[in-house]
Amino acid sequence: MNEDDTLPEAVRNMIGVPLYEERTEFPIEIGYVYNTCAAVENGNPLYWDEDAAQQIAGGRIAPPTMLSVWFRPHYWAPGATGERKALQAHFDIKALLDLPEAVVADNEASFGEPVRMGDVLTTCQIVRSIGPVKQTRLGTGRFWTIDVRTTNQHGEWVGTEAYTLLGYRRPAQ
Amino acid sequence: MNASLTPKLLSGDIKVGDRLPALEHRVTATTVVLGALASRDWRPMHHDKDFAVERNGTPNIFINTPNNAAWFERYITDWTGPFGRLGRLSFQMKTPVFPGDEMCFGGEVKALTADGTGCHWADLELGISVNGEPRTVGKARVAIPATIDDNPWRRKGERWQP
Repeated sequence: MNEDDTLPEAVRNMIGVPLYEERTEFPIEIGYVYNTCAAVENGNPLYWDEDAAQQIAGGRIAPPTMLSVWFRPHYWAPGATGERKALQAHFDIKALLDLPEAVVADNEASFGEPVRMGDVLTTCQIVRSIGPVKQTRLGTGRFWTIDVRTTNQHGEWVGTEAYTLLGYRRPAQ
Repeated sequence: MNASLTPKLLSGDIKVGDRLPALEHRVTATTVVLGALASRDWRPMHHDKDFAVERNGTPNIFINTPNNAAWFERYITDWTGPFGRLGRLSFQMKTPVFPGDEMCFGGEVKALTADGTGCHWADLELGISVNGEPRTVGKARVAIPATIDDNPWRRKGERWQP
């Protein structure tokens, strides 16, 4: 294959650096916890019973899998313009490498300190690795992994969602 | 005030190869919309059937990713009880789940370990199938109390290594 395997400097410089720090638009609240548990009929007393939550987790917490819920923007807000893209670092890499297509190949969430009512969370995107040029079933491209790392207002780690993406160019492109 | 709560399931109660109790749930349009809005996912293919059919080429609206995660979490903690603490979750949605589908959840214990901090872990393989066809497959790692006095939720910092 004659593809140049060297990563452009602008892309190399992104690796390992926290990017696009973002804070939750509202403090963590119980309403969405109830909505989520009701939607899946989750009767876990940890999320419905104040005493159980106090005894088990030291207070009201949100189900760990709600991690990404807290960062989705309002559908509308005064003065909002345009659509915000989740995982901006991914779109940056895709543009810098001139790869027109992309798919999520894998994602894994890991959960740290519980998310508590009233918490204010901060997220950042860290490009963990970018692989060599590869020929795949979809086309020629590269795999890269981005960690979306979330911390609370005490600086404690509350979770990471790791996305492995394939950016590629179809054979005809 | 409740009486003192104790774990429903201890790591010693489990063996590799154990299967989680089955869970079946008939999905309606309301199931899909409730799940999407609870996860603040306003994209139209999760509430607008015309959009899903015309733009996504799917026969109907379908369950969104974070709601699928919430279903798996419920399935796991139905089994462990409230002392079970999820450490990791990954899954692939191979084919969407639509209104009218009956989701059948299955899960199997693939490994049981204790880490250097004394935390006991069960590694699970998970699936959602409809009429025997796998729709979503996944894996999870959940901490389970080793004794009735153990509580994974009280672990912090270095003592919590999912």
